[in-house]
Amino acid sequence: MTAPSILETTEVAPTRTVVGRSPWELAWMRLRRDRVAIVCAVFIAVLILVAILAGPISHLIGYGPTEQDRVHGITLDGLPVPPSGRHLLGTDNLGRDILVRIIYGTRVSLVVGLAAAAAAVFIGVIVGLCAGYFGPVVDAGMSRLMDVVLSFPFLLFAIALVSVIGPSELVEIGVIAFFSWAAVGRVVRAQTLSIREREYIEAARSLGAGDLRIMLIDVLPNLVAPVIVYTTLLIPVSIVFEATLSYLGVGIIPPTPSWGNMISDSQDFYQVAWWFLVFPGAALILTTLAFNLLGDSVRDALDPRTERLFAR
Amino acid sequence: MTEPLIRVEGLVKHFPVRRGIVFKREIGRVYAVDGVDLEVSRGETLGLVGETGCGKSTLARCMTRLYPLTGGRVIFDGTDISDLSRARLRPYRREMQMIFQDPYGSLNPRRRVGSIIGDPFAIHNVADGAERKRRVQELMELVGLNPEHYNRFPADFSGGQRQRIGVARALALHPKLIVCDEPVSALDVSIQAQIINLLKSLQEEFSLTYVFIAHDLSVVEHVSDRVAVMYLGRVVELADRARLYSAPRHPYTCALLSAAAVADPDRAAQRERIILVGDVPSPVAPPAGCRFHPRCPKAQPRCASEEPALIDRPGDPPDHFTACHFPVEPGERLAREQPAIGQPEG
Amino acid sequence: MALLEVSDLTVSFPTADGVVEAVRGVSFSVEPGRTLGIVGESGSGKTVCTQALLGLTPGGRVSGTALFGGRDLLTMSNEELRHIRGAQISAIFQDPLSSLHPLYRVGWQIVEMIQAHEDISRAAARRRAIDLLGQVGIPRPESRVDDYPHEFSGGMRQRAMIAMALALHPTLIIADEPTTALDATVQAQIIDLMIRLQRETGTALIMITHDLGVIADIADEVMVMYAGKAVEVADRRSIYYNPHHPYTTGLLESIPGSTGVKERLKPIPGQPPSLIMVPPGCAFHPRCRYVMDRCLVQVPPLEPIGPGHTSACWLPISVVGLAASTDEVRGRISAAHRSGPAEAITRRIGATS
Repeated sequence: MTAPSILETTEVAPTRTVVGRSPWELAWMRLRRDRVAIVCAVFIAVLILVAILAGPISHLIGYGPTEQDRVHGITLDGLPVPPSGRHLLGTDNLGRDILVRIIYGTRVSLVVGLAAAAAAVFIGVIVGLCAGYFGPVVDAGMSRLMDVVLSFPFLLFAIALVSVIGPSELVEIGVIAFFSWAAVGRVVRAQTLSIREREYIEAARSLGAGDLRIMLIDVLPNLVAPVIVYTTLLIPVSIVFEATLSYLGVGIIPPTPSWGNMISDSQDFYQVAWWFLVFPGAALILTTLAFNLLGDSVRDALDPRTERLFAR
Repeated sequence: MTEPLIRVEGLVKHFPVRRGIVFKREIGRVYAVDGVDLEVSRGETLGLVGETGCGKSTLARCMTRLYPLTGGRVIFDGTDISDLSRARLRPYRREMQMIFQDPYGSLNPRRRVGSIIGDPFAIHNVADGAERKRRVQELMELVGLNPEHYNRFPADFSGGQRQRIGVARALALHPKLIVCDEPVSALDVSIQAQIINLLKSLQEEFSLTYVFIAHDLSVVEHVSDRVAVMYLGRVVELADRARLYSAPRHPYTCALLSAAAVADPDRAAQRERIILVGDVPSPVAPPAGCRFHPRCPKAQPRCASEEPALIDRPGDPPDHFTACHFPVEPGERLAREQPAIGQPEG
Repeated sequence: MALLEVSDLTVSFPTADGVVEAVRGVSFSVEPGRTLGIVGESGSGKTVCTQALLGLTPGGRVSGTALFGGRDLLTMSNEELRHIRGAQISAIFQDPLSSLHPLYRVGWQIVEMIQAHEDISRAAARRRAIDLLGQVGIPRPESRVDDYPHEFSGGMRQRAMIAMALALHPTLIIADEPTTALDATVQAQIIDLMIRLQRETGTALIMITHDLGVIADIADEVMVMYAGKAVEVADRRSIYYNPHHPYTTGLLESIPGSTGVKERLKPIPGQPPSLIMVPPGCAFHPRCRYVMDRCLVQVPPLEPIGPGHTSACWLPISVVGLAASTDEVRGRISAAHRSGPAEAITRRIGATS
């Protein structure tokens, strides 16, 4: 066999100092070096832990989320009690411990936020992928659909929908997902359109690969990075959306606590009980901030621009 | 005479240019390939040369049915594959493969190299699991890559190595025909030579037939048995390699040959450079008659109205075809820089 | 007196993977009215070299001196460099589509540039722009001057770039792969144009390219670069007919057309090194067919081997040449100084992995 002689084909010096690292490993390394990302990730991990262990924790504190402490939780005038040794973050107008309620609210926010974001991304990716891959006719149909969904005034529709169907956690997730998937779909469609023109897709076709195979094996892996970034940015949006719906009374209905309905309840009392507004508000802001910052860091880790100057 | 491996008859490929908001109307066409007849025999290398807009890449993709044809036929190994559906075409995909130009774009950056080279085996259900891995590693060794790099990503390889990956992928199912679309244009000169040698070794080893597309004339001269020169969607000259480079007859071929940069200062200084006026026109509006006439130093009124056929001209061997009404005679010197008629699009 | 005198130019870029040593001590000079061709493949540092002269290497650490008209370009402030760029040293890049602003008319861009450096009226600047476009061979310049870049073809855009480069009568033009993206026939036109214009205006030219054919047409002196260093500098004929450095020889031999047609080409084995991990000693040693023990440890300096001809190689003078076969050369090197290629590579594998 006349194989090319070893002289011609020996790899001389490694072309990379870091060899064999997948793009994921490199991204992970970059993320680990980002201090902001670590702080946010820890914060979110704590939140998740707290949400899971809400029962035992509130047991430890000594109060349930809907338990009204008529003895120590309310002043003689019927007003909320400020933060004290017994109620670390104070109580609300019905004497319920705010810390415990915030903890239970975390559960709602995370479950609804994460589930809605996941559902939106799932639908958005499928629609966007089909729209981007299959050519002008399918694209036209799906794009128009996305445009229509995006032009709904969401709050009005959300309120209307919930009034018809009735409020619950599942409905909330559905509503938020319904109004979020189109934005994801648009982004995925744009990415797919650009990926479709790449030579490696042409190569796959020339090998005889079918459309489904190309979409799943060649296109999808290239979508994962932007989709991850979009998801981490969609989660805080969903959380705030949930809080908004609860605030308006069409989300989680009392007495089940949600940060949104706690803020709504505090409207009449914040002048005399600042803690009633501030703590749930702070929880919402900090959580949103943590996810946003983490999302930024994830994007930087997955798509560093300045580093690859002389990679070739 | 044995049947050629692949034959193209009157191949036409137009791309419509569409405008419109809701319903797009066709307002023009890109006449990418406008009537090409070619055939390639088993075991030979046909070189396809031309500049931007000549349609060589489009022709290659039509030959391998990556594009549907607007007109004409492609006959592969005796079968007319011009109108076959995707499903019916699949078995033929094992027989004809492509190697692409861009080593950085033709490999999926998110997939491991072993998976990329193993794709043909997966798609056609030829081998699985350990057997597939073994065959992929065999291919890697064949093209000069280290089989231990099976799990690496394309980003870990240099341009030349990536092109080898592309070659391995094309070779996987032992095709009969490989269409190489500018396989070395994006590589450094010293690496180009490695890849060219590799392709030639493989051709000998596996009795491959190549259609080799390039814009670099010296590369084409080196690898081809016969060469076809394309201009604006048509073949303007087709001849045996030695003949084309020593006795070209079409004025465009002469200009192309004289324009090629020569790495030899004395020869460069001595040769007669034919400098064509104007740029290559766009295939959206090809000139009437002979498409080359606006830039041709020999053009006459007949050239603006009558399109010349690709036939063999008096004085040439029967396999030398030229599409020109007034082919260049041996020893004739073409005027420099003056188009004979018409004002070229500057 | 040389127009431009560069000494020991070094440019490095810190990255997360390590320090990229793009240019590792390069010295060259350009005489007024002459053309220096810089030849190299990717990773040779040829582009970064000239970018550093114009202060176009953000994030890079630059050292060395570059005397232009008596002043050191590398120590000038951005403000001072702005006066020099365009007016005294101008540049032509590979892809005119990305160097010309797509949203402004071509004529406007030229006029803008002229007015930024000279105090003349808009009308006068426009007349000059039209004149320049005509000089570079663009037909009907009075009407083309108001076109946008995308309305020009590739060759014409490059001509427009050349016009811009000449607008302020610079003494030096740096052309970085100006014809690489062009078709062969257009490339011939542009090279022809550049040669003619250079003769007419007496501008010095630095032509950076990987194409040895272009160099053969246009360069007076040639500098061959590899892995950030100059490995051979000579006048044009010496480089092609009397090369010394094995890389130069290897390059010339790997071009199709250098061997008999249909014979196997003689490529240079291996590939260019990463600039983060440059091999010790001579950077070319892992690929060199004449490698000796010395090459692995000592960096060969760029030394004269003939009149106006320098080479950075430990091989004795006039040992290598296109005419010499490997065997002949080996025969000329004494046994004490050489080892065979296979052994050298084995040793190299041990040394660098």
